[in-house]
Amino acid sequence: MAAEPILRTEALTRRFGGLTAVNDVRIDLRMGEIHAVIGPNGAGKSTLTNLLSGDLPPTSGRILFRDRDIAGRTPHRISRLGVGRSYQKTNIFKPFTVLENCRLAAQSRAPHALRILSRAERFRDLARNAEAALELAGLAQRADEIAANLSHGEQRQLEIAMCLATAPTLLLLDEPLAGMGATESARMVELIRALGRDHAVMLIEHDMDAVFAVAQRLTVMVNGEVLESGMPEAVRASPAVQSAYLGHGE
Amino acid sequence: MNRRRSDIALAAALLALALFPLAGSTFYLQLVTKIMAMAIFAMSLDLLVGYTGLVSLGHAAFFGIAGYTLALLSPQYEAANLWTTLPAAMAACAMFALVTGALVLRTSGIYFIMVTLAFAQMAYFVFHDTALGGGSDGIYIYVKPEMKLAGRTLLDLGDLGQFYDLVLILMTAVYLFLRRLLGSPFGRALAGIRANEQRMRSLGFPTFRYKLAAYVIAGALAGISGYLAALQFGFVNPEILSWHNSGIVLMMVILGGMGTLHGAIIGAFALVLLQEVLANQAWFGEAAKHWQLAMGVLIVLVALFLPRGLAGLGARPRKASADGR
Amino acid sequence: MDFYFFLIQVLNGVQYGLLLFLVASGLTLIFGIMGIINLAHGSFYMLGAYLAWSLAQYTGSLTAAIALGVVLTIALGIALEQVLFRHLYARDHLYQVLLTYGLILVFDELRSMIWGDDVHGVAVPALLAFSIPLTENLSYPFYRLAMSAVCLVIAGALWLLIRHTRLGMMIRAGASNREMVQALGINIRLVYTVVFALGVALAGFAGMLAAPVSSVFPSMGGQVLIISFVVVVIGGIGSVWGALAAALLIGMADTFGKVLVPEVSAAIVYLVMAAVLLWRPEGLFKR
Repeated sequence: MAAEPILRTEALTRRFGGLTAVNDVRIDLRMGEIHAVIGPNGAGKSTLTNLLSGDLPPTSGRILFRDRDIAGRTPHRISRLGVGRSYQKTNIFKPFTVLENCRLAAQSRAPHALRILSRAERFRDLARNAEAALELAGLAQRADEIAANLSHGEQRQLEIAMCLATAPTLLLLDEPLAGMGATESARMVELIRALGRDHAVMLIEHDMDAVFAVAQRLTVMVNGEVLESGMPEAVRASPAVQSAYLGHGE
Repeated sequence: MNRRRSDIALAAALLALALFPLAGSTFYLQLVTKIMAMAIFAMSLDLLVGYTGLVSLGHAAFFGIAGYTLALLSPQYEAANLWTTLPAAMAACAMFALVTGALVLRTSGIYFIMVTLAFAQMAYFVFHDTALGGGSDGIYIYVKPEMKLAGRTLLDLGDLGQFYDLVLILMTAVYLFLRRLLGSPFGRALAGIRANEQRMRSLGFPTFRYKLAAYVIAGALAGISGYLAALQFGFVNPEILSWHNSGIVLMMVILGGMGTLHGAIIGAFALVLLQEVLANQAWFGEAAKHWQLAMGVLIVLVALFLPRGLAGLGARPRKASADGR
Repeated sequence: MDFYFFLIQVLNGVQYGLLLFLVASGLTLIFGIMGIINLAHGSFYMLGAYLAWSLAQYTGSLTAAIALGVVLTIALGIALEQVLFRHLYARDHLYQVLLTYGLILVFDELRSMIWGDDVHGVAVPALLAFSIPLTENLSYPFYRLAMSAVCLVIAGALWLLIRHTRLGMMIRAGASNREMVQALGINIRLVYTVVFALGVALAGFAGMLAAPVSSVFPSMGGQVLIISFVVVVIGGIGSVWGALAAALLIGMADTFGKVLVPEVSAAIVYLVMAAVLLWRPEGLFKR
């Protein structure tokens, strides 16, 4: 498990006016490891995801992906380096079919994207990647459905499938279980566990059972800062974490 | 099957247009020629408005720049060469699209509408105020360009019927080109940008470059229509770049139903014919002078009640009967 | 360029800029608060000018004509908002463009039917019809100064309205957060009607003020609309103070452009806009 980190941050900070949403955060993500980030609402977890994916530029600090500083790069360039993300609020192409959602995602990696006069369906490799991603996410039977018609849980699965279709090495999953029923959740937990074997995964999640079921490493954020980070059991036992977060509410 | 049916309808319509010169008088031949050139204009704008989600109100700039390119490249008493002047006109439009597109595409929404309008107005003033294009009087094109291959004249563009054929061929070509383009990975990416641009970026698409490419292609295609219009009427003046021209072509796209190429063609026919009808003194007498009033009221009504354009007219009852069960 | 000549250009630039501000402030408020792009805004300017011209003939006084004209434009604004524009709030910008483009055709044709297509001059009120001598052969018309003063008074009134009244509070809140305003139980419908009528009246009033200086002609609406768009883009949508700064900038750029580089003067304002787009695509004063 002790692979070198594929991504690490140094003193990562983001301010919005007077509010410091992410303050001096150090975190590292490794291949084959699921790193869960937990914390109360407003702790800065989503902002952290947005900084790593390039949706927001950091105010200061560095983000080293494979030893290259990617802080402040645009989302599409970060995506192309192999960083895939899912969104907390479902963010898909609702008018398109499920397969087309994934086909587009796969196409983003294709070198022939600018061939303007060939029919899109002719690129079988893209369709194959898209189908494989759907299979993995458990949506293969729904491929021809319009995305807007999917159930909430299925849309969450599609969100992940699109991410997978870009063949990322690092996955940023922002509350993938949000609003899911019990059976759907269980499926998703299995999927995340499987993805953790050959990807680096950062998982933001409120469902503590799921977090402790899959995470090999755990970081607790409070008020934009890292309160504690380490092996899940050690973090769970930490008095600071007990009083600040896990203690109440669970 | 639906697609097959629309293909048959389209082929039938093209055949009817091809046979039209056998029946139509000179007046109607000229009118339909003008409409088909406008249809190319409308299709090129539909690529932006209907397929990429970019509402441009400055499309007349390309129409005008192409017309002026032909006028400026035409020797005064000799025929210009279509094989060089048409590509040159398209290239000039593409250049203008590349430069202004890099600026206007930094904005979106309402800003985009206003900024495209403003840059088109800038082009208008360049031709209006400087001696480059003959100022506000414009330039006459005394001799029609020639279209020769290996010394033989393919089409005599001074001949009404043969010019009609050229415009019909080009309209069909632009239609087929755009249909091909929209079915390509590039076209799919544009559709993705229209549906959810932010998600496209996070999937790794450099969306700015895609939009710029679409903008340049749309500009170059609009250039074909401006070239044909200048060729047909034999002169250009700054009014062809005016924002009314940009407004009219946007009306065509919306009226025909955005995001359907045949809709753009239908919109061009509908709007120009409507104008002809409303301005027909034989039917409306003195009131025909005020056709703009009727046109304006109709446009307001379309905006209020026909959000999907004429295409929505046909679709609505079908949907109602499906819901009614 | 000697001092007095320079001074005259500055005064002209300020006067043109302030006039643009009147038109653009209404445009930017309507954009910012109601989310509506209104291509017909220039038509209100044109209608204002024609109203001033024809009412001045009936009443014999430009002042009376302006007073009457303002009432009429406010009424027009309220009517248009009630009958047409309120159907556009939830709609895509495209339909706003479509509808307001249709309105331009309607207003243009009505203008042509009622008043014809001729250019008309409007006399400056006798009281203001004199010039202030600057040097032996240079003087400055007092009416232009008075215009600038009136525009400044209106800018000040707008400031008071937005800063210190309940309506202004709603406007400020509405511009930044529509849902919050509704949650507070503010009658957003009424705010929209007032803002729209205010915008129409400002544009109409600008046309009335300008009538004696620019004369009255059919295409005056389109010209001022596009320049006002440039002002709004530079100033940032929804920002009244951005519109003021941008209007003065454009007024100066246009005036000095005409003097210094007359051949390309019309393009200068667009080049200024291009520069702003490169530097800050959201406008200089985007909140």
